[in-house]
Amino acid sequence: MEIGLTHYLTIAAILFTLGVFGIFLNRKNVIIILMAIELMLLAVNINLVAFSVFLHDISGQIFAMFVLTVAAAEAAIGLAILVIYFRNRGSIAVEDISQLKG
Amino acid sequence: MIIQALTFYLFATIAVAAGFMVIASRNPVHSVLYLILAFFTSGGLFVLMGAEFLAMIMLIVYIGAVAVLFLFVVMMLDINSVDMKQGFLQYLPIGGVIGAILAIELLFIVSSWSFGGDTSLIAATARPVVSEVGNTQSIGLVLYTDYIYAFQAAGIILLVAMIGAIVLTHRSRPGVKKQNITNQVHRTPESAVELKKIPPGQGI
Repeated sequence: MEIGLTHYLTIAAILFTLGVFGIFLNRKNVIIILMAIELMLLAVNINLVAFSVFLHDISGQIFAMFVLTVAAAEAAIGLAILVIYFRNRGSIAVEDISQLKG
Repeated sequence: MIIQALTFYLFATIAVAAGFMVIASRNPVHSVLYLILAFFTSGGLFVLMGAEFLAMIMLIVYIGAVAVLFLFVVMMLDINSVDMKQGFLQYLPIGGVIGAILAIELLFIVSSWSFGGDTSLIAATARPVVSEVGNTQSIGLVLYTDYIYAFQAAGIILLVAMIGAIVLTHRSRPGVKKQNITNQVHRTPESAVELKKIPPGQGI
């Protein structure tokens, strides 16, 4: 019953897989895709903190804070882009975002 | 110890279920609420691991800022949630295959970590957690000394994100009456008031 590093790594792996799965599944809604990205970053944070605690190294928690910062910045920019895209097109479906033909 | 294990399994189950509902929910508002639940239970897992400061930062930043921002945008955009799930089953096979491959790979990594060599060597070379001071203080001791440049860079990233979000979403609409402070300050009595000398008994 001892809760070790493996348990936390398993939880993080499941959450990360759910995030990847969500990106593939929700092709109509960019907001859900952004939320799936947040879920993947959360899984990465759980990994970092688990390694930090079980290996007695505080650096993992520092980097978890940096991941948190980048996640917040990414959410702000992504949602701003989403708002102006919706203002221009009236839709947020992923399939419609093909105007650039990149 | 049994209570710790039970708490872990409770939080882990709730976190995985909430993560599944984030991607499977029909309504985007429900997705955001399940995302908040996933963040909250992950904060509980952080507390269980002994990383209290990260757990509190998690609650403040993720739930207080990011999730509420998502909630605002979801409610602001007028999304038709009925045809949102069209093509949900179309991408299920490829998504399932890729998700399964990823899960198996991660499982291999986790199992090789747990059944592999002993990690005490890595733990011995790592930076030891100062056990006399708390979690927050030991983070502060490292963050403001060894990682000061990374800390400043994180601040610059947040500043750029803030300015970028404002610049992207700001629009100047023509024909809207606005207060112009410069014009108001530079207004003089000569340009504002016109004095007329009215002779008595005549009117203007």
